[in-house]
Amino acid sequence: MDPRVNIIDKRLEKVKKVVAVSGGKGGIGKSTFAAILALTLSKRGHNVGLLDLDFWGPSAHVILGAEKVLPEEKEGIIPPDIHNLKFMTIMYYTADKALTIRKAAFENAVLELLSVVQWGALDYLIMDMPPGIGDPTLDVIRLMKKVRFCVIAAQSQVVMETVIKTLNTLIELKISITGVVQNMKMNERSVREQIERLHVPFLGEIEFDAGLEEAMGNPDDLLQTGFAKAIDRSIAGKLENF
Amino acid sequence: MHEWALAEAVVVTAIKTAKEHSFREVTDIEIQLGQLQQIDKDVFAFAVEKALKSQRLLFKETKVHFHDEEAVFQCRNCGREWTFEDNKKKLSTTESEAIHFVPEVAHAYMGCPDCQSTDFEILKGRGVSVSSITGERDD
Ligand SMILES: Nc1ncnc2c1ncn2[C@@H]1O[C@H](COP(=O)(O)OP(=O)(O)O)[C@@H](O)[C@H]1O
Ligand SMILES: [Mg+2]
Ligand SMILES: [Zn+2]
Repeated sequence: MDPRVNIIDKRLEKVKKVVAVSGGKGGIGKSTFAAILALTLSKRGHNVGLLDLDFWGPSAHVILGAEKVLPEEKEGIIPPDIHNLKFMTIMYYTADKALTIRKAAFENAVLELLSVVQWGALDYLIMDMPPGIGDPTLDVIRLMKKVRFCVIAAQSQVVMETVIKTLNTLIELKISITGVVQNMKMNERSVREQIERLHVPFLGEIEFDAGLEEAMGNPDDLLQTGFAKAIDRSIAGKLENF
Repeated sequence: MHEWALAEAVVVTAIKTAKEHSFREVTDIEIQLGQLQQIDKDVFAFAVEKALKSQRLLFKETKVHFHDEEAVFQCRNCGREWTFEDNKKKLSTTESEAIHFVPEVAHAYMGCPDCQSTDFEILKGRGVSVSSITGERDD
């Protein structure tokens, strides 16, 4: 018997909404969106946690500039406070080493984190997911009954191919989808219609933001970017009402 | 000590199992402690005893048994099997502690003694598991 599966519900008891930021491909802005969404929701007065589940390529700590912190150990693990976010990442335990793990080990590591991390009361737990809808996504769906997905899309046909597949899989599995965000918008072409055809909410658009790179690692600066303003203007409110 | 969080998981599991089998009392809980996670047995045992107090009737006379399980690994690259003893000495305190929190990060700090590959399987002895929960039924 694995005792850990039975405690997860309790660990998430006081977490109101669990949002997995997902998307078919790598490099389309999942991590950036997850981190800036978490900062934005926190700025709007909510208690927010951020959990980086991309164990193969964790990056939320780079985006937030959370390099030299470690969690506290107290009847479990207390995530450190980064700019008002309770932030948890496997990086605390791997430092600068790469983690070569297979899917089964991923499941074990996620189970371990979910059963020992004490989030306390949160309005939102935002999760930065690895690309694709493989085992990690299915693990999260199985282990976290409250999870709902926010899917990042871009206008590229290559990206949309996997986004549509991801959405169809989630729909088939009857998993709640908060909606789709179109990132890195560079011209007028919107994917709104394609998304709404699947009866999935279209949450909004984020333009390609040339100033983003400059702001990386500094939460105050990130909140001033066009990226953050787009989230605050048209996306955060919809997530609050979902 | 994060042993407390795992102890709570064990006790919640015992309560769930008792419910599923309509146990009036749980008599024994058998816990395997995989060597890789390096659980502090005293702290853990103390935490389990404490957590059992949440259900005084159900756990009135429960005996908790701990079994150490040696950690064994197998390289996926060359097939070599080895034990944690072979790696342990080479780990720094920080590395050991990281493995204590999330045993899978062993893949970041250890490798096959023959080919150094970090692509290995943990065959046994990973962490905390419950091998059996015994009880007495209501009838
Ligand atoms: N709207 C945007 N404008 C400009 N650059 C962006 C935008 N969204 C993401 N990026 C950049 O794209 C790169 C990949 O983003 P990331 O969030 O790591 O993607 P993923 O997590 O999907 O792999 C990062 O360097 C990030 O700064
Ligand atoms: Mg990412
Ligand atoms: Zn080998």
